[in-house]
Amino acid sequence: MKSMKSNRITEKFQELKASGKKGLITYMTAGDPNLETNIEIASIMESAGADLIEIGIPFSDPVADGPSIQQASIRSLSKGITMLQIIETIGKIRQRVKVPLIIMTYYNPILQYGLEKFVVDAVLAGVDGIIVPDLPFEECGQLFDFTDSAGLCLIQLVAPTTTDGRMEKIFSRSRGFIYCVSVTGITGIRNEINTDLRSLTARISKYTTLPIAIGFGIGGPLQAGMVAHYCDAVVVGSALVDTIAYAKDSQTMLIQVNSLIKDIKTALS
Amino acid sequence: MKNQQTLPDENGYYGSFGGRYIPETLMPALEELQAEYLRIRDDPEFHKELDSYLSNYVGRPSPLTFTRRLSAACGGARIFLKREDLNHTGAHKINNTLGQILLAKKMGKKRIIAETGAGQHGVATATVAALFGFECVIYMGEEDIQRQGLNVFRMQLLGASVLPVKAGSRTLKDAMNEALRDWVSNVENTYYLIGSAAGPHPYPMMVRDFQKIIGEETKRQLNEQLGCKPDLIIACVGGGSNSIGIFYPFLEDPEVKLVGVEAAGLGLKSGLHAATLSCGKPGVLHGSLSYVLQDEEGQIKEAHSISAGLDYPGVGPEHSYLKQTGRVEYVSVTDEEALESFLLLCRTEGIMPALESSHALAWAVKTAPKLSTEQVIVVNLSGRGDKDVETVHKIMGKDN
Repeated sequence: MKSMKSNRITEKFQELKASGKKGLITYMTAGDPNLETNIEIASIMESAGADLIEIGIPFSDPVADGPSIQQASIRSLSKGITMLQIIETIGKIRQRVKVPLIIMTYYNPILQYGLEKFVVDAVLAGVDGIIVPDLPFEECGQLFDFTDSAGLCLIQLVAPTTTDGRMEKIFSRSRGFIYCVSVTGITGIRNEINTDLRSLTARISKYTTLPIAIGFGIGGPLQAGMVAHYCDAVVVGSALVDTIAYAKDSQTMLIQVNSLIKDIKTALS
Repeated sequence: MKNQQTLPDENGYYGSFGGRYIPETLMPALEELQAEYLRIRDDPEFHKELDSYLSNYVGRPSPLTFTRRLSAACGGARIFLKREDLNHTGAHKINNTLGQILLAKKMGKKRIIAETGAGQHGVATATVAALFGFECVIYMGEEDIQRQGLNVFRMQLLGASVLPVKAGSRTLKDAMNEALRDWVSNVENTYYLIGSAAGPHPYPMMVRDFQKIIGEETKRQLNEQLGCKPDLIIACVGGGSNSIGIFYPFLEDPEVKLVGVEAAGLGLKSGLHAATLSCGKPGVLHGSLSYVLQDEEGQIKEAHSISAGLDYPGVGPEHSYLKQTGRVEYVSVTDEEALESFLLLCRTEGIMPALESSHALAWAVKTAPKLSTEQVIVVNLSGRGDKDVETVHKIMGKDN
């Protein structure tokens, strides 16, 4: 197996560690509200303090997602947006921001685009990692072959249900960071996260030295601050998707995205 | 040909189809399910209990009926019907729900969830949940709820909660998405009882194993009645559970031709159909790699069929494999042709078939005249048509 080239994700986590800070990963769905605005949102996210940006490529049947991201996917797909247009847009985002960019999508859209072509085009556009929530470790083989040699991190997810045996196996080929799913469930804001995150992240750390990001269910600064005790970064998805969806106009939306991220960053520091 | 019956492999693949494309949260549950299923698969005690329910509760074996007047009307081959419509709850679905609920009981689960299209699998699940005292939640698309109102009420009478799914095309596909989301969220105490030969491994294998009794009985019954094997077996294919059930024991008999009939809806060229194997291409939906109706971008297309049970843009992975190897031929029949056969069977035999099964019947009606009177066709009559009376009435009401 080839060793990974230097990658923005790895560098970012080293930088966070050196400064003793917790990272913030922010999410938006490509094409929601439209691709041009996605570029503006990415800029705002970075300037407000996002450390990594996750961009969702919509799929018609997102089984790991709750209502917020489901609806964002429907809004985006109803405009007939293609994978090629999204990758082009990510290329434009890369020209505007320096933070690592991560694609989140389901397996079928990249399978139909062509696994190798997808990896090559994503890397060319400036993407640093991908997350595929319906692709468990056992089915990653073909994609690993392309991502490892291209220096793209195929981020592995672990859940509260993941056994120690599975963690050991999964982490043997993990890259970038470990995405720890905070709840036994789908994406979406929750009032409370009941998982014992202390013991879950302790189990993860037994088998890997990679940084841990916790996502799913984190709705705002208070939760982000609490969750951050157990990890290196937190992911905020649905809360931002809802902010993007429900603002009365795009100027207001950008202001609200900016202030939500700033509030979370404050809670993390 | 015998080696086809050793599949899937340990990773759940039938050739290049199958697998487990599912969030990590569910992987430990699938591993546990697989281990538990492999333990009971060859356990005589388990089978004794299942067989007892199949005989004394479901009413198996289901008859194999020769159609004297239908065969005469078609001219040509003798047409037999495998009468899954006579099972308790009126379809083949209960063969599988009984098997899986016994497994769920062994695994100590308390809550059963399921998806349903036509409502037959939902009714069969609600039935066994009542029989064993489980809490039961059925996900059903809003469109299907409208088409199959009586089945919704039936499930409610049996004590199940029917949750309408408003997303997407509001049919079986979306009901399955929502059931998967429920399972991801409640995996610790919940058993997901899948009714199609689809989904992640080990579901396609389990559903096939619990449905293969259809083919085993057919083989034995035809041998008793005529002392021969059928020349042709025809079954409808939505997700593919009744068809894999009747095909599987005959995979080893190369002289028996197997035909799976998909729903051509308003015609393949109209784009409004559910002919996944005829018009789709390999992709990933609901946990397995199989043929899928999808656009160039890999987005899943909506299917269309007069019959809610066939209205699904995916198909079980073993069917994709059987198409690839050529062992099974997959064809399609339109809404209109299915409806004609529905009426024909009503009037020649006094049997009202489900609209799903009417698709298989339509292919038999087309094919029989091309065969000799010595030859035997078996149609899997997977369900009864009582649930479809309203749909048929709406279409025909004005003419009759």
